[in-house]
Amino acid sequence: MTTRLTVNGEPVELEVPGMRRLLDALREDLGLTGTKEGCGEGECGACSVLVDGAVVDSCLVPVCQVDGASVITVEGLAREERLNALQAAFLETGGAQCGICTPGMLIAGEAFLASGAELTDERIREAIAGNLCRCTGYTKIIDAISLAAQRLRT
Amino acid sequence: MPVEPPVESPSSLAAAYRLLTGGLLRPIAGGTDVMVQITGELGEPPRRVLDLWHLDELRGIARDGDELVLGALTTYTELRRSRLVGEFLPELAEAAATIGAAQIQNRGTLGGNIANASPAGDSLPLLLATDATIVVGSARGERDVAAHDFWTGYRQTALAPDELIVRVRIPLANERQLRFRKIGTRRAQAISKVVMALAWRPASDGSWQDVRLALGSVAERPIRAWETEQILQGAEPSEETADRAVSSLAAEIHPIDDVRSTAAYRLAVATRVLHRLIRTEGGW
Repeated sequence: MTTRLTVNGEPVELEVPGMRRLLDALREDLGLTGTKEGCGEGECGACSVLVDGAVVDSCLVPVCQVDGASVITVEGLAREERLNALQAAFLETGGAQCGICTPGMLIAGEAFLASGAELTDERIREAIAGNLCRCTGYTKIIDAISLAAQRLRT
Repeated sequence: MPVEPPVESPSSLAAAYRLLTGGLLRPIAGGTDVMVQITGELGEPPRRVLDLWHLDELRGIARDGDELVLGALTTYTELRRSRLVGEFLPELAEAAATIGAAQIQNRGTLGGNIANASPAGDSLPLLLATDATIVVGSARGERDVAAHDFWTGYRQTALAPDELIVRVRIPLANERQLRFRKIGTRRAQAISKVVMALAWRPASDGSWQDVRLALGSVAERPIRAWETEQILQGAEPSEETADRAVSSLAAEIHPIDDVRSTAAYRLAVATRVLHRLIRTEGGW
């Protein structure tokens, strides 16, 4: 079965079973290992990617459902070796510790920044409520998203 | 790696019905349940899958006279964002906001919540309390199933193997009051320990009419608390009414101990939540 989609802006054709998890297609078939597998059941958000702008757990999305879609992974955030505003903010605030949740946190954070939601800690917490940080470093992650939002909105 | 069962992705509802007539298929909508089942960790994974995601006939939110009509593929995010839901049934948007978090809300669907038939399905008590109709279809045609007839046992439904959930119709009863409460371990990403929906119509004499009380996570399936409804029916929201309703509810529900909670906790919380709801409305 052929599935055509774009991944980080590049057209991709996947010749894989339709029920393959998007997570496995990204990591195993396309070699994009930035997206992590945590729980494999939609609890932890480590495998978060954007599908047509919406944050989803890629472990819960079969490839047959992304035919024609635009997928953005953590590899698609930097431009020409330059970190984007959110990635830079994570570095500045210490928003990354062990790193396993970071790709998913960045993707959930991007979805928050794109949503135009009110910039409050409460709304940021809601936006990353589906992402677990096993280091419990949430405060600095929230600081990072807030910092990036302030910079992007001024 | 999970198993990757063969999948059919029909482009029309009629084609989906034909495939279902031809053999047993596990429908997949947003995948938040089925994609966990293919890991095999919850038992035998599905052998063949029917992908519904691209069937636009199962999408959309509309008002049809005195009813709100929701396509089976309506996601929780769509429920939260819908102007119609916000105007006519804000409690449904409130319930959708308690389900999972953004990742699940962007994918999980109302029809999927209904078909999965979990006793803890968060939207299901609201469908019971609002006298919703679940419209199911197959190559044989469509039929209506009342929400209170839909969940027939533990993860059992009134769906025949060749049927799909097509849409849900929710009456927009005049003057109906509706309350939703979910108790979980945390505000997001929690499977409920107790979920409750209470509906009534306040009469001019201060009494409650058309009372509906529905609960999740306290029995083998989402249930109406029929006997407790009878206590509340025609009564005023007084402290005495609340005490009697709570005694009735304690006898009527049968929660269990499991990984998420205990029977004793669920019983205590279900009765406490009902008592508080009545107290708030009674203003005492």
